[in-house]
Amino acid sequence: MRFIFKTDYDQDIRLLKHGGHAFWYGLLLVAVLLAPVAVDDYYIGQLTQLAIFAMAGLGLMLLVGYTGLVSLGHAAFMGIGAYTEAVLLERGVPFLISLPVSAGLAAAVGIVVGLPALRLAGIYLAIATLAFAIIIEEVLARWESVTHGFTGMVVEPISVFGYELSEGADFYYLSVGLLILIVLMSLNLLRSPTGRAMVAIRDSEIAAQSTGIHVAKYKTIAFAISAGITGLAGALWAHKLGFLSPESFTVLQSIELLVLVVVGGVGSIHGAIFGAVFVVALPQLLAVGKGYLPTNVADAPGLEAGVFGLVLVLFILLEPMGIYGRWVKIRTYFSLFPLYKKASFKRQKTYLKSERLR
Amino acid sequence: MTFFRAENLAIQFGGLRAVDGVSFEVREGEVYSIIGPNGAGKTTVFNLISRIYDPSAGRVVFQERDITGVPPHRIAGLGIARTFQNIELFQNSTVLQNLLLGRHEHRRSNLFSEMLFLPHVRRMEVAHREKVEEVIEFLGLQHHRESRVSGLPYGIAKVVELGRALCTEPKLLLLDEPSSGLNPEESEDMAFWIEDIQKDLGITVLMVEHNMSLVAEVSDRVLAMNDGRVLAEGTPQEVQQHEAVIKAYLGG
Ligand SMILES: Nc1ncnc2c1ncn2[C@@H]1O[C@H](COP(=O)(O)OP(=O)(O)O)[C@@H](O)[C@H]1O
Ligand SMILES: [Mg+2]
Repeated sequence: MRFIFKTDYDQDIRLLKHGGHAFWYGLLLVAVLLAPVAVDDYYIGQLTQLAIFAMAGLGLMLLVGYTGLVSLGHAAFMGIGAYTEAVLLERGVPFLISLPVSAGLAAAVGIVVGLPALRLAGIYLAIATLAFAIIIEEVLARWESVTHGFTGMVVEPISVFGYELSEGADFYYLSVGLLILIVLMSLNLLRSPTGRAMVAIRDSEIAAQSTGIHVAKYKTIAFAISAGITGLAGALWAHKLGFLSPESFTVLQSIELLVLVVVGGVGSIHGAIFGAVFVVALPQLLAVGKGYLPTNVADAPGLEAGVFGLVLVLFILLEPMGIYGRWVKIRTYFSLFPLYKKASFKRQKTYLKSERLR
Repeated sequence: MTFFRAENLAIQFGGLRAVDGVSFEVREGEVYSIIGPNGAGKTTVFNLISRIYDPSAGRVVFQERDITGVPPHRIAGLGIARTFQNIELFQNSTVLQNLLLGRHEHRRSNLFSEMLFLPHVRRMEVAHREKVEEVIEFLGLQHHRESRVSGLPYGIAKVVELGRALCTEPKLLLLDEPSSGLNPEESEDMAFWIEDIQKDLGITVLMVEHNMSLVAEVSDRVLAMNDGRVLAEGTPQEVQQHEAVIKAYLGG
């Protein structure tokens, strides 16, 4: 009897809950591995960008979606990761050291930025992180001896034991491989006490405290992990860009990351991936769509930012669970097909709207 | 040695003396109830014990240890668990996840072993689930194990909150109005559980409750409060018949 129970719990803990999961994720993995053979270089570049954005978004997702802390300054962590990577490589530090140091420095700064989070919540925290991002942008521009300011700096190629990995399929495999590692690490955290504590803080700090969770400590941990992951994505992004300037990491990009999280689906790892697809695909779609618009509209400055903003607002109003939420509904619809009732998804007031910005 | 003791507790909110020199002792193994009209300061006493507020005077002593200066997140680890008058659950998580959070103080892992989900983390997770399963069985929550809390009826949510407190394996359990919002049948279940918690699990219970028949049914001793002060203490019958208590309830 006991033994049967234990295998039951094991199933509950496992990442792949059933054969179907194993099959579909296996298929996805094969597709990801074969992509460089199947599609041409341009699309491999796009997929690489997608993997990097998904990683940056995943970092933010852990903070916003799982811990309930809003950051409007996450591009700054990308910037810290990117510049640390470029500066270290410039000084001859090997890639296998520079990459973890870049993530680590971003995490350390994340801890400092997280300090106000111990006192501020909702919109006030959002403003504090925004201020931080503006400061970092300024530092990147003015600290010329290190960052070369607005002159910008060239990012040296990745070389591991004499192999160059900065381009094409090699860099694609590196980025996707790291993304998979980060996803697995996040999933592990979320099925462990630390991840549960983060979610607990999101839903009720007072109850979290009463079950023994040191709220300040876990908020700090969440900030560190989030910033570290986004910083790692930033280091990879440096190589994708090949050339850094302070304008690569603006507030607009921070907002883009937040759009990624909300549109993808707050509080889900899938959401970070779906959101990245959206963020990478939208400019492409806009570029195509521009051909059909009158020129004065198509060339209007800020068109892309405007569309991003509009989509963000529409999602918050109409589909607060994001693309992932919509996907789950569609899947459920087909699995229940003749019996599907609209009430199966009676809209819950989500924490996104009611509690996040209190 | 006393198991639990509140000594001269006091706190003010602005000019209001919400709790004003309250002392009482709880013996190990008993069910001790605090009654009193709305606004008497009962919940505030709980909040002082669980260290949500700092008292302006007095101390709280648990197992001969002064816990008045202990940070709030350490209280669960000392063996004091609680429920809240207006349910405080993790609304967007399942019942199982909520109960697992009750195991937080029993975790034996760190950030890095969790990221890698090392074998001992997995074993620990299985062990937590075994404990949680005992509580699920004890409270009859099997059908709701995988349900999200936000969709549960009030009465069930109340039981889940009790379950989460039990998962911490407390020595002292604080229940703030365990039967409020429950229908008579659910209240009856609650009475049985409180008795089982005392007799079978050996947990000392300190509860705030309005439902006098529940109080009379399960309590060994009762403390009556009004306006932040103690009116009377004794067996349920003694307190119910106490003149000052009757007057306070009649709004005198
Ligand atoms: N955080 C607070 N701030 C201001 N007043 C409070 C606070 N908590 C409780 N009070 C007041 O203290 C008094 C006692 O409240 P409480 O302990 O909740 O009473 P009850 O006996 O009904 O549980 C009430 O008058 C209440 O309004
Ligand atoms: Mg109360």
